[in-house]
Amino acid sequence: MPIKVLVAKPGLDGHDRGAKVLARSLRDAGMEVVYTGLHQTPEMIVNAAIQEDVDVVGVSILSGAHMTVFPKIMELLKQREVEDIVVLGGGVIQEDDVPKLKAIGVREIFNAEASTQDLISGIERIVAEYGRDRTRREAAGAR
Amino acid sequence: MITHRVHRDLARAISGVENGIVELASALATLRAQGHGGAEHRAEIIGITGPPGAGKSTLVDRLIEGFRAEGQSVAVIAVDPSSPFTHGAVLGDRVRMQRHAGDAEVYIRSMASRSSGGGLAPATRDAVRLAEAAGFDIVMVETVGVGQVELEVVAVADLIVVVTVPALGDGVQAIKAGLTEIADIFVVNMADRPGANRTAIDLKQMVRASVREIPVLQTIAQDGTGVSELLSAIVERRGEDDTNAVRAVRFEVVRQARDRAVAAALAALDSPDAAAVLERLRDHELTRNDAIDALLTILGGPVHAH
Repeated sequence: MPIKVLVAKPGLDGHDRGAKVLARSLRDAGMEVVYTGLHQTPEMIVNAAIQEDVDVVGVSILSGAHMTVFPKIMELLKQREVEDIVVLGGGVIQEDDVPKLKAIGVREIFNAEASTQDLISGIERIVAEYGRDRTRREAAGAR
Repeated sequence: MITHRVHRDLARAISGVENGIVELASALATLRAQGHGGAEHRAEIIGITGPPGAGKSTLVDRLIEGFRAEGQSVAVIAVDPSSPFTHGAVLGDRVRMQRHAGDAEVYIRSMASRSSGGGLAPATRDAVRLAEAAGFDIVMVETVGVGQVELEVVAVADLIVVVTVPALGDGVQAIKAGLTEIADIFVVNMADRPGANRTAIDLKQMVRASVREIPVLQTIAQDGTGVSELLSAIVERRGEDDTNAVRAVRFEVVRQARDRAVAAALAALDSPDAAAVLERLRDHELTRNDAIDALLTILGGPVHAH
């Protein structure tokens, strides 16, 4: 089954060309990509991730607001009991902040140097390790 | 009352059937066990279809707004096309519906069409049943942008709104054949564009011969013009007759019968008898037509020599 990814652009950041290019690349890699547009609040991102039941939320931030946006997203995922949705970060994120983000549960950060191929293989690896297993476990439980 | 927990449990139920992990019946049972809705709960199911770029998603956004104003909860299943080459998909219908993202009484689910060519995804029908069982009052199904023959939505919806735009080719050429036969309501969207009246008149003439009245409305989904008239037309259709149920059941029976026939044909082709026929075809002992006849005989069961 295809990997389902939400590509999210939070906050005031007004550029989404990168996110659209990314969405297309992931599609070409055989993934089902939900794109929600610009100016997403953490609440909107988490609601969309839940309704769409994605494997992965990819959050792209260029504005420097990552240390406020990610904690909020992680907190909401926990509140709604969907912590098993994998969160990945991308964009412009200072190296010092990477361990802090990982400590609150962001699974991986892809900085500006990461190629699209890095991202695709990263998502595939991480989902194989942490992702779809959830759905399978629940399905087994339901039977 | 719809909660975020309903969203989560419904979302996972849909994924389960979409990915072939659970059967619909057990997904429904799980939802029940989780305390959502009730088996008897019935939703009104509205199909929104029409050519690509006609403004279906924007119109759905407006209809959500209208139904919410009446206090009704709304689920949307929005289908976008999968690539036939990579099987990937970009699902962008939510972009137009973002202002409802914080409303717990609104659930929006994007689906990739996957292997289906009928304007819906293979699991759309099941997803609608699940959303209904989860307790939503209205379930809207937005098809992929369709041409004339992707009519699967008739097997799912109680009421079908066909959306078109002015001056699409020669008058209403683009929606001539199949789509006009399934519409309960026609909407000419982007009605501020040149040619809107002409398109509406063409459509009205086309539906004049119909057994019952099919409203032809004009909207500008972008700013909401005409949406209240569309909502009234939908309300008026409620409980009118069961024509659509008859149509839906016929369509679904044919579809399932076809699926079964295809499965039976594929199984017959895998049989040793068929392999022998194909072997003789390969060895030039049979013509193609003889091979087809022989294989159809195998499919139809043993036929005695005459």
